[in-house]
Amino acid sequence: MTRRIIFYAYLVCLMLPLYWLINLSFKGNIEISTTMTLWPSEPTLRNYAIIFTSPEWFDGFRFSLTYVALNTVISISVALPAAYAFSRYSFLGDKHLFFWLLTNRMAPAAVFALPYFNLYSSIGLFDSVWAVALAHCIFNVPLAVWILEGFISGVPREIDETARIDGYSFPRFFVKIFMPLIANGIGVAAFFCFMFSWVELLLARTLTNSKAISSIMTRSVSASGIDWGLLAAAGVLTLIPGALVIWFVRNHIAKGFALGRV
Amino acid sequence: MTKSVDNRAWFLVLPVFALVAFNAILPLMTVVNYSFQDSFGNNQFFWNGIGWYQELLDPSSELGGRFFDALGRSAAFSLGILAIEVPLGILVALCMPREGTQLAIGLVIMALPLLVPWNVVGMIWLLYTRSDIGLFGWLINAVGIDFNATRSAAQAWLVLVAMDVWHWTSLVALLCFAGLKSIPDAYYQAARIDGASRLAIFRYIELPKLGRVLMIGVLLRFMDSFMIYTEPFVVTGGGPGNSTTVLSIDLVKIALGQFDLGKAAAMSIVYTLIVLTVCWVFYTVLVTRDGPTQDSPEARS
Repeated sequence: MTRRIIFYAYLVCLMLPLYWLINLSFKGNIEISTTMTLWPSEPTLRNYAIIFTSPEWFDGFRFSLTYVALNTVISISVALPAAYAFSRYSFLGDKHLFFWLLTNRMAPAAVFALPYFNLYSSIGLFDSVWAVALAHCIFNVPLAVWILEGFISGVPREIDETARIDGYSFPRFFVKIFMPLIANGIGVAAFFCFMFSWVELLLARTLTNSKAISSIMTRSVSASGIDWGLLAAAGVLTLIPGALVIWFVRNHIAKGFALGRV
Repeated sequence: MTKSVDNRAWFLVLPVFALVAFNAILPLMTVVNYSFQDSFGNNQFFWNGIGWYQELLDPSSELGGRFFDALGRSAAFSLGILAIEVPLGILVALCMPREGTQLAIGLVIMALPLLVPWNVVGMIWLLYTRSDIGLFGWLINAVGIDFNATRSAAQAWLVLVAMDVWHWTSLVALLCFAGLKSIPDAYYQAARIDGASRLAIFRYIELPKLGRVLMIGVLLRFMDSFMIYTEPFVVTGGGPGNSTTVLSIDLVKIALGQFDLGKAAAMSIVYTLIVLTVCWVFYTVLVTRDGPTQDSPEARS
């Protein structure tokens, strides 16, 4: 009984700040700044209306979702063969390479902000979705390799050998037989790539002229006379992609944590 | 599982290697290059040798004093949140229902903070804890405490720590939950037959089994909290004064605010080395603990 109470108390504590965000997003600025109400006394959709009618906000969302999707696709497609190699073969320098990959997950983004700015400007990618998608690979690719390697090691080698005897070529075996076997792992790895790219701000802000949705919001924070209601509404909208992703992988979350390495 | 030796496997790793090398090696070389030079704008650079490093590691100089202060704040933050999040995460994991709808709903709610963009996390807590518009700040004020995180350093810290605990405890809890689920039922049955107390079950069955996931949890939480930038930037901007200026914030201030490239680069190198050293120690402990039965590439050889 006590266990249930602790668990639900924890969930309530998690929800309270989110509730407050949603609450503020339906309030007008006068109500926000003058009275303290636990729910909107005069609910208004004004904040959402502003966001949905302004091309700037809309483009921000599209821009962010594009680089997150690109990053997830790139990360998973290069990480899959690498994770297979790390799991099945030993080769020259494999351990060093694996650790070196992991160190990139551990390097502080603040260290890379300035050199990335120079690097991506010099190759003409500055201010494009590709710059952010590629930059985020530095922490997502090692993570994806790590997770997928865990899942692949759980698949018996005999399956590889049987497929080879049956005359499957390696690419065909990989796509037709192997990938469905580790679909859970791919899902979990994609979840984490999505998550870390979606939530990152520093690199996204440094590599673009405030096109990412997170930078647009930061700009409204620093502007004089903050529009709290608008900010809250934008915050609510940025929760939606994450909430959708969680809903789709909800049955795999626990499994993913157990099998993968994260 | 034995692995066959095949150097052609390099071809499978090549794309990852190329991609990460492009992102890691060139920029890192730039940083190293900058750290030995002084710039006067207009892209004019002068050789400065190890001057920046000497200044950085000398606590009595201006840069060194700033660096050690920020380092101390970062370390305090990381240790503080670890001391709260790990025990709390274990507790929550122990209290989670094992299956059913309640678990599904609980999992979704718990995973939600993990997927909130970091600056939105900062924003949510800004809205939640401000004394004029926030529920939390308003409640504390109503109790009679003068709460204003923009004026008091202690209260700014309270907000930062509370925010991080809100944001990341679920990660530790989910890891532990996964670890707990992997314990076979037979262990619990044996314990019940022996009449073991709840505490004994936790101490002798659950905690040892959680060792590995806990190490991973601590490693991840240490790494990310030591590198934290966005959330304090949004909530406090490093203030009031410099009281919440952690390493990342100070670094970005020097690099992109003042364009002191040499200082920032030297600081970056020392900062990265600290993170890498601590993580390397963790990682080595993790791998040796596991022994050769675990299937990580390092342990397997």
